[in-house]
Amino acid sequence: MNLPTFTAFGSSFLFGCGLTVSGMADPLKIKGFLNIFGQWDPSLCFVIIPAIAVHSLSYRFIKRRSSPLIAPYFVIPQKNKIDRQLLLGSALFGIGWGMSGFCPGPAILSLGTLSTPPILFVISMISGMLLFQGTYLAVPILRMSKR
Amino acid sequence: MVFHHLLYQYSAEIIGGGLIGLAASLLLLCNGRIFGISGIIAGLFQARLLSEFWWRLCVVLGLIASGLVVKFVEHSTLPSVSPDKNWSLTLGGLLVGFGTQLGSGCTSGHGVCGVSRLSSRSIAATLIFMATGIVTVTFLGVE
Repeated sequence: MNLPTFTAFGSSFLFGCGLTVSGMADPLKIKGFLNIFGQWDPSLCFVIIPAIAVHSLSYRFIKRRSSPLIAPYFVIPQKNKIDRQLLLGSALFGIGWGMSGFCPGPAILSLGTLSTPPILFVISMISGMLLFQGTYLAVPILRMSKR
Repeated sequence: MVFHHLLYQYSAEIIGGGLIGLAASLLLLCNGRIFGISGIIAGLFQARLLSEFWWRLCVVLGLIASGLVVKFVEHSTLPSVSPDKNWSLTLGGLLVGFGTQLGSGCTSGHGVCGVSRLSSRSIAATLIFMATGIVTVTFLGVE
C-alpha cells in the first residue's frame, strides 16, 4: 500500500465517520429532511452547512498550492455551463434519492453493516451507472452539448 | 440563546458535518481529487491505469470500513429500510446510478464540494436534486 492509497482510504474512512456521527447514513433521516411538507427533520441542514463551511475555507488554502501533497496534480471539474444533462441527471438522482433515502456515499458505507437493503441498492445503482455508460456510448443524442 | 440551544441539540450533526468537510479537504490536499462518490465509483469501471483504480477502490473500502465499525464496534446496524421496500431500493438505485452519471455528481460531489467551490453547476444541481427529492417524498411518503 503506497501513500496515495493510504490517504484515500483514511480520508474516506473519516468521511464515513462523519456520515455516521451526523446520522446522514440513515435513509429515514434523509427522507425526514426531504419531508418538508410533512413532519420535517431539519438535521441535514446542520450537517451540510458545517461541511460546506469547513471545506470551502480549506479549499481556498489548498488551491493556493501548485500541486497536492502527494499526487502530481489537482483534478478538478472545469465545466461552467449548466446544461440539460446536468439538470435532467440531477432531477433523476433526486427522485431516486427520495425513493430510497440513499445516495451513493451512505449506501456504500451501509454495505459494511452487512444487511441486505444497501446491497440491493448498490447493485441497482451500479447497474444504473453501467446502463448510462453503455447507452452514452451508443446513443449520440445523450451527448448533446458534450461534443 | 436559541443559537446555543441549536448548537447543543444538533451537536452530532454539526460535528459529523465538520468531519465530512474535513475529509473532503484531506482527499483534495493529499490526492488532488474532489470527494464526489458517484464519480469515484463510476471511475472504477472506466479506469485504464491501475493507479486510477486503486485510489478509487480505497475510497470505497474506507467507507465500507467505517460501516463495519458501526456494525461490530457499535454493535448495531444502522436503522435500515423495512423488508418490503425492495422496489424503492431497486428503482431508486437505478435512478441514482443513472442520474448521478448524467448529472455528473451527487450530494458529496455537488452538494458539499461543488457548492464549496461556488460552482454554478453544482449549486444548480443541488437545488434540482433537493427539489425532486422533496417532491418524491411528498408523493411517496417517508415509510
